[in-house]
This record gives sequence, C-alpha cells and structure tokens, in this order.
Amino acid sequence: MALGDLANPSRFLAFANRAIPWLGGLTVIVFAFGLNQAMLAPNDYQQGATVKIMYLHVPSAWLSMMAWAVMTVAALGTLVWRHPLADVAAKAAAPIGGAFALLCLITGSLWGRPEWGTYWVWDARLTSELVLFLLYLGVVALWRTVEDPARAARAAAILTLVGAIDLPIIKFSVDWWNTLHQGASFGLEGSTIYPTILFPLLIMAAAFMLLFATLQLAAMRNEILRRRVRTLRLMRARTAS
Amino acid sequence: MTPLGALLIRDMRISVRVGGGALIGVLFFLVVVALMPFAIGPNLLLLKRIGPAILWLAALLASLLALDRLFAADHDDGSLDLLLMGRAPLELVVATKALAHWLTTGLPLVIAAPVIGLLLNLDAADDAALVLTLLVGTPALTFIGMVGAAIAVALRRGGLLLAVLVLPLTVPVLIFGVAAAQSAFAGAAPFGTAFTILCALTLASLVVGPFAAAAALRQEIE
Repeated sequence: MALGDLANPSRFLAFANRAIPWLGGLTVIVFAFGLNQAMLAPNDYQQGATVKIMYLHVPSAWLSMMAWAVMTVAALGTLVWRHPLADVAAKAAAPIGGAFALLCLITGSLWGRPEWGTYWVWDARLTSELVLFLLYLGVVALWRTVEDPARAARAAAILTLVGAIDLPIIKFSVDWWNTLHQGASFGLEGSTIYPTILFPLLIMAAAFMLLFATLQLAAMRNEILRRRVRTLRLMRARTAS
Repeated sequence: MTPLGALLIRDMRISVRVGGGALIGVLFFLVVVALMPFAIGPNLLLLKRIGPAILWLAALLASLLALDRLFAADHDDGSLDLLLMGRAPLELVVATKALAHWLTTGLPLVIAAPVIGLLLNLDAADDAALVLTLLVGTPALTFIGMVGAAIAVALRRGGLLLAVLVLPLTVPVLIFGVAAAQSAFAGAAPFGTAFTILCALTLASLVVGPFAAAAALRQEIE
C-alpha cells in the first residue's frame, strides 16, 4: 500500500484496524524477550541490580526525543504539504511523547535515589528532559485550548517547529549551565557499554519503538473517530435547529 | 513616512497613552523585586549574590505581562486584518510591532534596573554588567514571546497559555543572561563568553521570531 493511499482517513482506519493487533502482539513478544534479557544481564559491579532501571529509563528518553521528531515531521506535513493526516499524527504524538518524558523522569528519579542519594539533582540531562516535558505539556495544553481542530493543528505545528529549533539550543545551554555550576557532572555510564548490557538495551529500545508505533496508530484512529463524532454532532445540531 | 515607521510610532503612542499600560511592566518589576527580600530575608550578602538572578526573573515575568495584548488588541478592533492585507511584508510588520513593544516595555525595565539593583546591594560593576545583559537579552524575550502571542492571538485565556508556551523556550536566554550578569563572582564563567552567546541568542530570535509569528498570524486569520 502506498503512503499516499493512507491520506484517505477511511483507508487509514482500515489499515490501522488491521495493523494494531499485529503491532500490539509483536510489542508484547519483543517486550517479553527484552525484559527477560534485561533480567539475565549482569549486574553492574558498583550499582548492583539498580542498573536495570536503565533498560526502561534510556529507551524512554530516546522515545521522548523521537516523538518530538515525529511531531516536527507532522508539523511540516500540516504547514507545507497539507497532508490530511499530519495534524492527526501530531496531535496523537504529543501526549505519548509527554508520557515517555515523564516515564524517563520518574525512572531517573527512582534510579537516582539509591545511586546519588537524592531523587532529583539539577543535572544537565535531567533538567533538559524536564524542559522537554514542560514543552510537551504546553503543546497538549494548546491542543486542548483551541476548539477547531484545523486551527489548533496549525498553531501547534508552528509551536512544534519553534520548539524543534529551540530544543537543541536549550540542551546546549543547560549542559553549559550545569558544567558551570557543578563542575564534574554525574556521568551515567562510560563511553563504552559492554555488549552483555548493550544487547538487552537495544532489544528494549526496539520494544519501546514498537510500543510507540502501536500507541500512535491507536491514538490516530481514536482521533479520526473523535473528529467524525464531532462532525456528526455539528451536523445534527445544524439540522435540528 | 514609511508604513513601518508609521506603525512603530502608532504602536508606541497607543501604549504610552491612557489605557496602554506601558509603565505597568516597570511597576510590576519593582514590586516583584521588592517582594523578594520578604521571602528570602534581608541579608545583603545573600541578596547581592542572587540579585542578578532575581532581576532577570522579574524582567522575564514583566516582559510576559503585556505580551498577550501585542496582537490581540489589533485583532479585536480589526486593524490586524488591515496589517495582514497591507503591502508591507507581514514579517517586517510583526518585527516592527515587537520593536515598538520592546521600546515601551523592555527598555523601561533596562533603564530602571540599575536603580533597583542598588536595592539589592549590587555595586557599580555588577550593575553595569546587569544592565548590559538586560539591554541585550530583553529583545530576545520579546521576540520569542511574540511567537506565543501570535499563536494565542484569538484565544480566550490566551495570557495564561502564552506564559506556559513561552517560558520553557526562554531557558537559554535566562541561563546566559544570568551567567553574564554574575560573571563578577568567583568561579563564574568570563563575562565575554556568556555575553557573546546571549547576543547570538538575541540575533537568532530576531530572525526566527518574526517569521514564526507571521506564519502563525496567517494561519490564525485565514
């Protein structure tokens, strides 16, 4: 099926209805394998078993950044190509990306408590992840403020693009700020990761990607149906009056 | 007079006349700074240490105050439609409006800052550094905030949403502004480094802001 065919919401719904069970099943299988591998992976000689939080924490961080990239492409789709499903994709990705950012922050806090002795430090990575989370909440708030979906889509698209320009700058400045204030920053791991730890991490990353794809498709399906319900309600209100 | 010059003078006139509220920002700035010692205590050494940070935060909040009216007032009375249909490029029009906004709300903050800095026990060198960073940094706040103002132009409760959208984007300006203002303290980065990056951030926002705001206005009004 060509990508152009999916621009039709009805065809997209048919595709999503077929794909979601398969993607969901695949997600469960890869998660089962990945979690198993993560449990079997060796403990860190310093951190013990707590290092296994990494298998949830790091993929969440990656996905939280990937979701903004998806939103950026979707924003271009809305503004430049006027693709009919681009704003649906952008709206669906925002809460999912925010949820991954929150998951990253929570697992990071739970990991930081035994290792650093505190739930939160103003470490550069934590701080920029927090700002990313706040930006996600802003986008979600914008979607929820504007009633007309088409207008909300264009406003959110511009905010997403400005965020895409600003996010690397925020990352850079927070890194700079942190090294200024704290000197040595907490390194989470060395530059080399042993293959025994890296392999489960990559499996878990793949599982998270599949999870994102499943949730994204399901959220897009729900959004299309929600818009149809809205249109039907508007039509009924018009004919009733 | 060129159309952009006329727009600049019109916007400045509107904001300094009755109902414009140009100086409320400075008043807010003063009130926020005056409240700080009540929260953290009257210790002059501590106030000197965190004075630049307080002033920068207060400037950040004050610059948000009038921002939601930047386009909303013109949208309400219909003159925004005229500006959209006019022959002057919309990017330059919104840049001019932002410049007028900065001249009436940002520049008074910069002028008031040294006096308020004295209240926080800043000495002459700190004060000069602070004023310089505010002079260079506050335009960036206006030009980043302008994008949020354009997005929120037709919204009810736009002001609150504007703050939520804009404040995370101003993190870099705050970081480098405060860093440059605090460069006199031991262990801080040299003034030049932070100040140069602050200048770069401002220049980048001067370029990106008008384009994003103009795009947002076109989408909103269409």
